[in-house]
Amino acid sequence: MDRLSLEAPTGEITVFVGPSGCGKTTSLRMINRMIDATEGRILLDGEPVQDIDPPTLRRGIGYVIQQAGLFPHRKILDNVATVPYLLGWDRRKARDRAMELLERVGLDPGLAGRYPFQLSGGQQQRVGVARALAADPPVLLMDEPFSAVDPVVRTSLQDELLRLQSELNKTIVFVTHDIDEAIKLGDQVAVLRVGGKLAQLAAPKTLLSEPADDFVREFLGRDRGIRRLQFVSTEGLRLRTDLPAPEGAGTFVFGTDSLRTALDAALLSPSGTAVAVDERGEVVGVATREALDEALAEAAHG
Amino acid sequence: MNWLIDFFGDPARWTGFDGIPVRLLEHLEFSALALALAMLVAVPIGLLIGHTGRGGVLVVVSANLARALPTLGLLVLFVLLLGTASIWPVIIPLVLLAVPPILVNTFEGIRGVDPELRDAAYGMGLRGGQVLGRVLVPVALPLILLGLRLSAIQVVATTTVAAYTGLGGLGRFVIDGFATKDYASVVGGSVLIVLFALVVQIAFTLAQRVTVSPGVSQRLKTR
Repeated sequence: MDRLSLEAPTGEITVFVGPSGCGKTTSLRMINRMIDATEGRILLDGEPVQDIDPPTLRRGIGYVIQQAGLFPHRKILDNVATVPYLLGWDRRKARDRAMELLERVGLDPGLAGRYPFQLSGGQQQRVGVARALAADPPVLLMDEPFSAVDPVVRTSLQDELLRLQSELNKTIVFVTHDIDEAIKLGDQVAVLRVGGKLAQLAAPKTLLSEPADDFVREFLGRDRGIRRLQFVSTEGLRLRTDLPAPEGAGTFVFGTDSLRTALDAALLSPSGTAVAVDERGEVVGVATREALDEALAEAAHG
Repeated sequence: MNWLIDFFGDPARWTGFDGIPVRLLEHLEFSALALALAMLVAVPIGLLIGHTGRGGVLVVVSANLARALPTLGLLVLFVLLLGTASIWPVIIPLVLLAVPPILVNTFEGIRGVDPELRDAAYGMGLRGGQVLGRVLVPVALPLILLGLRLSAIQVVATTTVAAYTGLGGLGRFVIDGFATKDYASVVGGSVLIVLFALVVQIAFTLAQRVTVSPGVSQRLKTR
């Protein structure tokens, strides 16, 4: 770590991303004192973490790691209730809370009596998230939590995290080496370079449109322009309502989905046009190539 | 076969200071005492060294040295030095014999727990002792029990030899039998020793069933 200084705003997701050896995990583990910083300060709600006894500090911070790290000898329910038990909660209250969390993270409550080895990797990771949330900590640290599962499961876990976050508004610090994951999940993204130096700290959209230097640009990858479209709304698209919706055309939710989704829908349609639908799936209009082209031109300039 | 009937069918074999029940109890007493003492020494040291990660080399080296000791020689040495007035000349070598397997397996069991698991335990806010007691020991339990079982079997077998020094135990039937050409006693005693060892094995298997979490032994079927 070298003079890394940043703030993870309350109620938002801050993602640390960078190549291996950039110190992103080390930075994360300094927050709950799994590693102690040799110098400098880390403040949690204004209080230096160095002044708090590590176990006490950690019980107040949710912690999710790569392989979930569930206790193999304990049933799922008791795994989730680990921190409440440590905090001396009444056993029944702790178990009720654990049960509630299992449902919250999208797990069948029937799994409560199973052991970790009986669950799939994705399910175990959900249990890991439930366990971290059990004592309702305001802060959540997530260390590459989804990198050991297959891409389909990873996507669903990411969506689930965003859904949970919209309900819970935790202050989350998330570490990943996957820039796409960082862009998808982060309210702000900290790109770190080898040696623990902060290359850029910005909202994903800004990161894609205005990378600070060549390192960030390279790390973002080639199709940065296309990916930026996912932050451009389809609200401004000029829809045609006088055309019939073509057969087999891709659809996007007007105003909710991004321009990237709309473009993707058009590219996959035989007609080359995308059909705009509302939240209920009713057709509201057709986005033609011309309309998309206009929107692209606008996105490129704005 | 006749020897067996002679041996087990003779009512005189079942009573008195040299009867089967007394010899059996003696055998049990010596073995259990030696094993218990070895456990008291080896388990805490194994846990401590496995948990802290310090002194591991020392454990392995000293355990291997101890394994190389000839038990019978040690036994004779202690008896010559201390006499046969007490049971300690026999118990001490038995303990020395029992310590290495327990120590090594406990140490390896604790040290071998997945580092991610240890990390998660600390990350949840467990203190050092809680990490050891609530996570590492339950997960390492199969190996710890294996060490105990290996030691128990060795101790039971060596206690038989201990009869050579004039102490009791089931070995007396064999040794005295040879000395007096009483082959019924030799065969009967051997059978008792085999049965005893089997019972010890079964006892450990049952203990393992009861104490090891199904989540660790993965005994349950995945549905």
